[in-house]
Amino acid sequence: MVDQKHIRNFCIIAHIDHGKSTLADRLIEYTGVLSKREMEDQVLDTMELERERGITIKAQSVRMEYTADDGERYVLNLIDTPGHVDFHYEVSRALAACEGALLVVDASQGIEAQTLANVYMALEHDLEIIPVINKIDLPSAEPEKVKKEIEEVIGLDTSIAVMASAKTGAGIKEILETVVNFVPPPQGDERAPLRALIYDSFYDSYKGVVTYFRVFDGTVRKGDRIRFMATGKEFIVDDLYIFRPGLTPVDELKAGEVGALAAAIREVKNVRVGDTITLATNPAQEPLPGYRKATPMVFTGLYPVETNDYNRLRDALEKLQLNDASLSFEPETSEALGFGFRCGFLGLLHMDVIQERLEREFDLDLITTAPNVVYRINLTSGELVMIENPAHWPDPSKIESVEEPVVRASIITPSEYVGQLMELCKDRRGTFITMEYLNEKRVNLQYKLPLSEIMYDFFDQLKTRSRGYASFDYEVTGYEPADMVKMDILVHGQAVDALSCIVHRDKAQRLGRALVQKLRKLIPRHLFEVPIQAAVGNKILARENIAPLRKDVLAKCYGGDVTRKRKLLEKQKEGKKRMKAVGSVEIPQEAFMAVLSTDPDDDK
Amino acid sequence: MHIPFCQHKCAYCDFNSYAGLGRDEQERYVAALLAEMDLWAARPELRGEQVATVFVGGGTPTLLEGRLLARVLTGVRARFPLAPDAEVTVEANPGTVDVAGEKLHLLREAGANRISFGAQARQDHLLRRLGRIHTAAEVEEAVAAARRAGFTNISLDLMYGLPGQTPEDFRRTLEWALSLGPTHISAYSLIVEEGTPFYHEWRAGRLDLPPEDAEEAMFREGKALLEANGFEHYEVSNYARPGFKCRHNLIYWRNEHYLGLGCGAHSFLRLAAPLPNLGAPRPGLTASRVQGGSPVETAPGKPGQQYRFWNLKHPGTYQAALAQGVLPVEAGEPIDRREEMAETMFMGLRLLEGVSRRRFAGRFGQELEEVYGPAIGRLVAQGLLEWNGEWLRLTERGLRLGNVVWAEFV
Repeated sequence: MVDQKHIRNFCIIAHIDHGKSTLADRLIEYTGVLSKREMEDQVLDTMELERERGITIKAQSVRMEYTADDGERYVLNLIDTPGHVDFHYEVSRALAACEGALLVVDASQGIEAQTLANVYMALEHDLEIIPVINKIDLPSAEPEKVKKEIEEVIGLDTSIAVMASAKTGAGIKEILETVVNFVPPPQGDERAPLRALIYDSFYDSYKGVVTYFRVFDGTVRKGDRIRFMATGKEFIVDDLYIFRPGLTPVDELKAGEVGALAAAIREVKNVRVGDTITLATNPAQEPLPGYRKATPMVFTGLYPVETNDYNRLRDALEKLQLNDASLSFEPETSEALGFGFRCGFLGLLHMDVIQERLEREFDLDLITTAPNVVYRINLTSGELVMIENPAHWPDPSKIESVEEPVVRASIITPSEYVGQLMELCKDRRGTFITMEYLNEKRVNLQYKLPLSEIMYDFFDQLKTRSRGYASFDYEVTGYEPADMVKMDILVHGQAVDALSCIVHRDKAQRLGRALVQKLRKLIPRHLFEVPIQAAVGNKILARENIAPLRKDVLAKCYGGDVTRKRKLLEKQKEGKKRMKAVGSVEIPQEAFMAVLSTDPDDDK
Repeated sequence: MHIPFCQHKCAYCDFNSYAGLGRDEQERYVAALLAEMDLWAARPELRGEQVATVFVGGGTPTLLEGRLLARVLTGVRARFPLAPDAEVTVEANPGTVDVAGEKLHLLREAGANRISFGAQARQDHLLRRLGRIHTAAEVEEAVAAARRAGFTNISLDLMYGLPGQTPEDFRRTLEWALSLGPTHISAYSLIVEEGTPFYHEWRAGRLDLPPEDAEEAMFREGKALLEANGFEHYEVSNYARPGFKCRHNLIYWRNEHYLGLGCGAHSFLRLAAPLPNLGAPRPGLTASRVQGGSPVETAPGKPGQQYRFWNLKHPGTYQAALAQGVLPVEAGEPIDRREEMAETMFMGLRLLEGVSRRRFAGRFGQELEEVYGPAIGRLVAQGLLEWNGEWLRLTERGLRLGNVVWAEFV
């Protein structure tokens, strides 16, 4: 049994591509948890798992043992986090499970927006931060400059910073020594009632939900009856594990330790990240602070292209939800698209990943409607409603006011692109907060932006306007009033529910025009004229006509090559099959996503 | 029969043809064609059949020397019995027939009785734009020379919807073509095919195709003018004087059997013996028999499985196969009843007479409406198909929207 003073719990925070995973691998290898050979196998396994579980691999945890230069043997628990903004809350819980963090910064790239966001989060949790300047072996490395940047921008003391190269192995021992010497040991009360923080979970078809946690106070043993304080659910602990790095059974885990448990929990929603585990027989008075329920921020309609795939889609969503409690879905019906689901996601990346998994792993052909955020609407009746589907938008006469979610966005960019990016933010209804120089060449630009405005192509625009140099991160900060209206799209005189979207009143005209123009190009010509209109209420904002198809005939005879003719006709028929009929008009799938790429600037 | 040689490849052409090949190449190719005929003559499929039509197409058949072309035609006659009234067509490029008419005389002697000239347009600037190797004046001379050589059944190919072409241009082209006294006119609307020079120009936005209205006017006015001059519009792109419809092409459109010879040539036949590269044998054909090369076992009462198959496309690989004494078949597909019905429909509905309900029932033992009732109902309601007695045919509107109609049957 280890004493708390010989335990160090830490995580790694870094921007994508700054070398976090490789560094973690080197630490594992150095401490001899795995041989080099096993490492390779392990890495392969992890990737397999990652493929299976995709983004729900939130935290890879490993328990390392290390004999330090002081001659003492330490247990080092490394909790690796993904760090994407969509999983902000999960990351914050993982950080809460630690006392220290390695801040990995690429020696040639310097600080990026994501680095900052994660550092601030780590500071909020009072973590001891050890800067690691990585990739010092690169010819373009400027470690001293990066060190200075860390000092000036974040205000961190870099006297304990380690220069490292995860690739060559340089600095690995120094990192371990610094962790031992500077990350504070846990200071839980072993005799107090059990309090353990859940920071992740995954579903195993054999064991049920496997819950990852950090024990703050008390002890948990095999056979204990535990209670999840937020949900009130109770279970008997079947197995306890530590991460070696696979799940390795142990009999008990005490204050300061990190591990996992299985308790025949069939539903992942019973195990909520951030919840506190206690003993049913001797419960703690207060849960650990900071729990909140993960709330989906972005919603979209998902419909099977083949209507009879509806049940398969439902089964697939249920399977994904087993592993991902933050994915929400409920059935919805669209006149245009038939039966489908309104799905909620933590953010855009989360949405992309789920969509891709549905298509790839479950072999589903999907039509996705334009994503939207959740609006808070104060009705004239005094009632407050949350609207996550344009189809449920109340009658304008009943709306007192509308509030939309806003984010605080942090954009780090070379200073020459500031003008362009400020213009972009302004165009997206952004409000300037601050601008600070990180050094003579780089700027941190802070804006308040409506979440709905960064959903579509904001990131692409940001990259385009900064020639790929700007990085971006955001945090949802709350709701603010906004003059939002529902814009309907009428095709051949009929409103197509799946094409309705919520837009700002000042932008409705511009967006409406861009959208109908786009649709005119996407919807094929029919045997009759098809008008396309954008309308807010009864007011038509824009109109385009798709002229009737007049000629579509193969003139030639390909010298007896009937097969070629048949293939051409089959292709034509196949194309039609993949469209959705709305009244007598066939609408291709891309049309339902048209809103996504409708940059009004396109047609300026 | 396919002759894959051209002096120059036209800007719109994606056919299987090659420019710049020499005389030796041509000689070898014709030898290969004759070798292919030998192999077919030894097989059971054509035994006891009379050949109703022969069509030598290309490419540019008349790029071959007269004696080689004649050898091809006499080669057919020597191996397959031709019907006494057989239609024997040779496609000709006006730029490749000598004014003296030596080549044309040789063709006549070898039994050609129909000649089809690629005239395309009256305007030399349009001919140049198309990449044609001849002028309008040369078309006139070639037609006159054909007549002198004894050809009375002369067809002209014309094109409309060309870059830079006006309805007025096309009207003049038609009047000029009529003045040359053909028995048959094919008027093709330009299709911009992938991989052609026109396609690249089109992609780059540089192909000045006439506007939709103008193209439509060319079709409508052209049709009216030809009909007023005694031509019957009998297929989407084809017009004929009474008694001069192209019998060869009618075989395709009526979905009857034919044998294609030459590189890349397509065939539709009921096979009585296995062919190379046709994939796994279908039910009714037993594997051992197919591999053993003995006659194919077929379902009771059926004389053999129908196949569409095609030859190796490149003249080199085609000749190499024949050098091994093997039929140069690249691949093929069995045509089952359902496919045969579909093809009967979408090919038959290219003809203005349409598809006969009686003939359909006779061929398949099932009523047309029993098989395609809903599709026909829809298309009739959309004004694209109509009944003319027992014939189901395209309407005036359907004629311009053929693909919409035909796609319903595949």
